[in-house]
Amino acid sequence: MSNQIPFVDYLVLGDHPHLVANECTACGARFFDRRNACAGCSGTEFRKVDVATDGEIMSFTIVTFAAPGVPVPFVSAIVNCQGTSVRGNIIDVEPSPESVTMGQKVTLATYPLGADENGVEAIGFGFRPA
Amino acid sequence: MSDDVWILGIYMTKFGKYPDRDTVDLAAEAVLAALKDGGVSMKDMGVIAAGCLMGPPGIAQQIQKQIGQTGIPAYNVSNACATGATALKTAIMTVKSGEADFGLAVGVEKLAGAGLLGGAGRSTKTGNSWTPQGRFGEVMETEGRIGTSGMPGTFAQIGMEYLHTYGATNFDVFAKISEKNHFHSTLNPLAAYTKAMSLDEIKNDIMIAYPNTRPMCSANCDGAAAAVVVSDAKLKTLSLEQQRRAIKVSASVLTTDPYEEACQVLPNVNTLTRNAAKIAYERAGIGPEDLDLVELHDCFATAELVHYDNLMLCEEGGAVDFFESGATWRTGKTPVNVSGGLESKGHPIAATGIANIWEICHHLRGEAGPRQIEGAKVGLAHVIGLGSACGIHVLERSGL
Repeated sequence: MSNQIPFVDYLVLGDHPHLVANECTACGARFFDRRNACAGCSGTEFRKVDVATDGEIMSFTIVTFAAPGVPVPFVSAIVNCQGTSVRGNIIDVEPSPESVTMGQKVTLATYPLGADENGVEAIGFGFRPA
Repeated sequence: MSDDVWILGIYMTKFGKYPDRDTVDLAAEAVLAALKDGGVSMKDMGVIAAGCLMGPPGIAQQIQKQIGQTGIPAYNVSNACATGATALKTAIMTVKSGEADFGLAVGVEKLAGAGLLGGAGRSTKTGNSWTPQGRFGEVMETEGRIGTSGMPGTFAQIGMEYLHTYGATNFDVFAKISEKNHFHSTLNPLAAYTKAMSLDEIKNDIMIAYPNTRPMCSANCDGAAAAVVVSDAKLKTLSLEQQRRAIKVSASVLTTDPYEEACQVLPNVNTLTRNAAKIAYERAGIGPEDLDLVELHDCFATAELVHYDNLMLCEEGGAVDFFESGATWRTGKTPVNVSGGLESKGHPIAATGIANIWEICHHLRGEAGPRQIEGAKVGLAHVIGLGSACGIHVLERSGL
């Protein structure tokens, strides 16, 4: 595992890859970024919680036109992972409106994004049809 | 005497391409013409608030240096697509506070040929090794790898979410909204684009972010708009003609997005708009059913649909049926974006939040020519900038 690095620090690799959120201990709001305080209640204490790896598509788009360097086309979606909303790509599907449906069940999956000079491979995440 | 504030003079430049003129040129045209429209001069102004989102810093002072350095306080405002509305509200608040009798607001932008805004790719690979950076500890650009935070895709998802929430599957509704706005622009000589487009032309154009094709996205262009506001007391000392043409600002509201689950994953443009609308209707003592026309922020066709609901122009969840009834065409019950909207009139960002006020004022004054909404008495102008900020102004004609 030492030759892998997660694409973002809220992705936990290993045998059971999953996302981890900063949960406000006061109000339960969940965030994926480094926090100064809670946007919901201004509380300053957080605990790490695992986010469910299965969910359903609440919305999606297929981006076919983007800034240079952004790989297109890709399917972007908002996935409701048992109460926690996550943004991610839908992977292992044709990027066409016929291949993705609202309310579709999906599950978290990881995939390699390339290695750096030291042979460390970056691992990204997305959601694939369950 | 009341603490009402009025729009005394207002102007928008033609939106389009101005390769030979800079932002100060365009802003100066708008300001000088707004002052002339109001029958006043820079010497009368007690405050200037100016915005140019993508432009040089200190736009207010740069404008002053071209058209009149009178030593008044200047506010340079920046609030995403709500920049123009924020500048206007700044001038209104200053007049309302009693610090000035007259205030000036101006928004200007040069965006012709700017292409896609925001979301430029970046590499965080430093020294050829992956290095986590930023608040998410990402090792490379997240756009396209963790979904999208670009404007077209974000607003596409917002529209799709609305359909999903209310069980609608009529994806054509978005293209039909765009058809309406492009048709409306044929009557607006100041619009950047004035060509009607058929539903097929719109649907078969270049796809940007499904379901939004290129004509369903706001049009980048150059332009400026400016407004002069005046206190109620001062207005009463001016000529009858100035009083007759003055437009009452019945509500001037600015909101940001309150925290809700998912709002940091997909910006919630709904709640802050609904909150602003509620406050605006209450302050104005006017309901959505009283509106003769609405200019709302159709930065994408998908956005226009959700704002029918957010502005309470229709029943909750009823935006698709509301549109399909024909209500928002210029011949309908609640005409929306008779200017052509951001999709066809164009969207020079900081100018937009004053240009939409100009459109409403034009109709309330009965000066809108071939596209006049007959007998218009009350209108609403709405903008939203991602981040987020929402500005709503409710406007009424003087009745004199």
